[in-house]
Amino acid sequence: MASSMLSLGSTSLLPREINKDKLKLGPSGSNPFLRTKSLSRVTMSVSVKPSRFEGITMAPPDPILGVSEAFKADTNELKLNLGVGAYRTEELQPYVLNVVKKAENLMLERGDNKEYLPIEGLAAFNKATAELLFGAGHPVIKEQKVATIQGLSGTGSLRLAAALIERYFPGAKVLISAPTWGNHKNIFNDAKVPWSEYRYYDPKTIGLDFEGMIEDIKEAPEGSFILLHGCAHNPTGIDPTPEQWVKIADVVQEKNHIPFFDVAYQGFASGSLDEDAASVRLFAERGMEFFVAQSYSKNLGLYAERIGAINVVCSSADAATRVKSQLKRIARPMYSNPPVHGARIVANVVGDATMFGEWKAEMEMMAGRIKTVRQRLYDSLVSKDKSGKDWSFILKQIGMFSFTGLNKAQSDNMTNKWHVYMTKDGRISLAGLSMAKCEYLADAIIDSCHNVS
Amino acid sequence: MAMMAMTIRNSASRRTMMSRPIFGSRSMSSWWKNVEPAPKDPILGVTEAFLADPSPDKVNVGVGAYRDDNGKPVVLDCVREAERRIAGTSFMEYLPMGGSVKMVEETLKLAYGDNSQFIKDKRIAAVQSLSGTGACRLFADFQKRFCPASQIYIPVPTWSNHHNIWRDAQVPQKTYHYYHPETKGLDFKGLMDDVKNAPEGSFFLLHACAHNPTGVDPTEEQWREISQLFKAKKHFAFFDMAYQGFASGDPARDAKSIRIFLEDGHHIGISQSYAKNMGLYGQRVGCLSVLCEDEKQAVTVKSQLQQLARPMYSNPPLHGAQIVSTILGDPELKSLWLKEVKIMADRIIGMRTTLRDSLEKLGSPLSWEHIGMFCYSGLTPEQVDRLTSEYHIYMTRNGRISMAGVTTGNVGYLANAIHEVTKSS
Repeated sequence: MASSMLSLGSTSLLPREINKDKLKLGPSGSNPFLRTKSLSRVTMSVSVKPSRFEGITMAPPDPILGVSEAFKADTNELKLNLGVGAYRTEELQPYVLNVVKKAENLMLERGDNKEYLPIEGLAAFNKATAELLFGAGHPVIKEQKVATIQGLSGTGSLRLAAALIERYFPGAKVLISAPTWGNHKNIFNDAKVPWSEYRYYDPKTIGLDFEGMIEDIKEAPEGSFILLHGCAHNPTGIDPTPEQWVKIADVVQEKNHIPFFDVAYQGFASGSLDEDAASVRLFAERGMEFFVAQSYSKNLGLYAERIGAINVVCSSADAATRVKSQLKRIARPMYSNPPVHGARIVANVVGDATMFGEWKAEMEMMAGRIKTVRQRLYDSLVSKDKSGKDWSFILKQIGMFSFTGLNKAQSDNMTNKWHVYMTKDGRISLAGLSMAKCEYLADAIIDSCHNVS
Repeated sequence: MAMMAMTIRNSASRRTMMSRPIFGSRSMSSWWKNVEPAPKDPILGVTEAFLADPSPDKVNVGVGAYRDDNGKPVVLDCVREAERRIAGTSFMEYLPMGGSVKMVEETLKLAYGDNSQFIKDKRIAAVQSLSGTGACRLFADFQKRFCPASQIYIPVPTWSNHHNIWRDAQVPQKTYHYYHPETKGLDFKGLMDDVKNAPEGSFFLLHACAHNPTGVDPTEEQWREISQLFKAKKHFAFFDMAYQGFASGDPARDAKSIRIFLEDGHHIGISQSYAKNMGLYGQRVGCLSVLCEDEKQAVTVKSQLQQLARPMYSNPPLHGAQIVSTILGDPELKSLWLKEVKIMADRIIGMRTTLRDSLEKLGSPLSWEHIGMFCYSGLTPEQVDRLTSEYHIYMTRNGRISMAGVTTGNVGYLANAIHEVTKSS
């Protein structure tokens, strides 16, 4: 994505200059390109003057969202969409949580108005989201040291933080894992924040390159931002162990770095909201100042409503107030104030003990289905693959995704031969896999792994 | 504001160049020392102050959100019905990056005309946006990326957030004359001079109808002249249309300026918002469109707009878009909507008339020729401050009155207060 952005920049020539030759105006101002079209009543002269946008080239399809589009176009019966990380039921249908339907009906009955939210979003939502993350009653919340702003899901929240970094830490770098979610680079590029990678994925073990990760974090200039996935790393599914998290916190503190958590799967990874927040809470215990971006796309199934938050943990309430005001200043010229619908749903669900309990149960169910399907895939691979390859990495991974270890050519084979749609980095979304399809998928993986290089 | 930001930037970079504080002190100091409190937003801050005021007489004529005659927010019947139809049954999958196709289709018809040839020829690059703000911001970013040497000409005055938007998109701004304080009307000569003097091929921001904050619009004849001059100068017209239907009560009439430009062959850009005319404020629903040469170019431009949206918010929110498509896609609901828009517009026009009559009865010299939700009262910031401190009347300090906040219950009080603070001037 980064390279395509750079090439776009270089092709943006002044359109007028390119088209000077094309425009040949006759002496009386008549334009030989003039076309006359008849509309219903009015005959319009549509002057086809050269467009200012002549030099604009087609943007490449998004590597993740583009997969679903390709899947839709495929007519083969066996096709399987393991591209975008959206939860599917066993019947491979999208799933709207019951508790969400309940909340929506409640909102409808109450006849809530549609007034603008304040720039920082719905207060009840901001309170709920910070408490979910840190635990209600946590010192950082009690002492008002967290600046929380409702954001446009994870993407929007990350973007607000990136803009804050660009404005107040000019020249500071963000370190992102290799690999990471494809849109992270776009976000930092468009926010003009420089970034580099820290080692993360080890293709040899299909596990975490922990030493490489620690080395690279140590190497980074003091005061760098370190982007960490709170749980269920996307795209690999490989998370540090609790002991490894402690070491990461040590080295981040040692180097005066600023941790920047992306928490898109709280509750969705292990099934437990608290367990999945452990890494973030560890850092909070240390008294560090850091960022956390949250999303409710997956864990509440609110994908399309774009609901999330950016939290900035500061060392004082005063700093938090100032930071919050500056985040608002960034949001105002982006979208003025955030959309209300998703925020109300979250606030209603979390604010009602019964609904909150129901949500936790549904989340456990979703996470449980994924764990079960993960196990079934592993079992199918082990029973079908006679090569003796160790597939246990699949069980060690967590969350919606699995890094299969397949390279681009092998991933292409998955799609072209087996009609299995996935991203080119070898990532499959287990959320899109049913028990019924595990065997077929195992066949596809085994074939791509052994017969394609 | 730019200067302050520069100072902050410089001091921050000086700080990073100095030797870092040692680890022990880190835990006591903050990364955020250099972060100053941001100034309150001049518009949204007014409502905050209003809400905090305990006076029973308080009046909010600040933010442009419609109120009924009891001063209460309104959710349109057509919206409630649409929500009933979609509640609890909809999927919540991600919309495409360009948003809801159906909603965009219906929205383009409103701006370009139901039978627009441009729509039939697929010449319009259009994406769902985060209301009007988001549409303007996407366009500003698009302008920056693909016409990096360009500037934007913005009217004086304009909605304050326009300046923030193009500034954060890093597009340099210039201004053009618009409001004539002496006549409280349009400075047409000043406007035309500025249009003429701008370098060929400049980008101009135009308010399609119900200019915010003045309420002063060009006449149809003036729009035609503006369009002709734009043609001669090969300028690019970007229309911000936030009040279609809301200004006159008739959406077709409110889009007249745009239709004139289209007839004259301009390739324009449009920001549309459903915040006011469908009362969907908090849902953040709107649309950005760019009229291109042909279908191929429209596809290309759309792909680039999506490319800008992806790292900002990935894809736009669903709920508001569903409401819009449900309403506009159903002839009965659409007809109900048109009725309700007319009711809102009529109430505002009625209030404007009542306020003017009340002021005239009191002997006030102010004139009230304006249209739409806002009007520029001509009050000075000091007079506005008096209105707030003495009468608990809240408005933005530029003297802009949001007529939507005026009711039969408070119009007398408002007229009296305005007269009191202005009669001596």
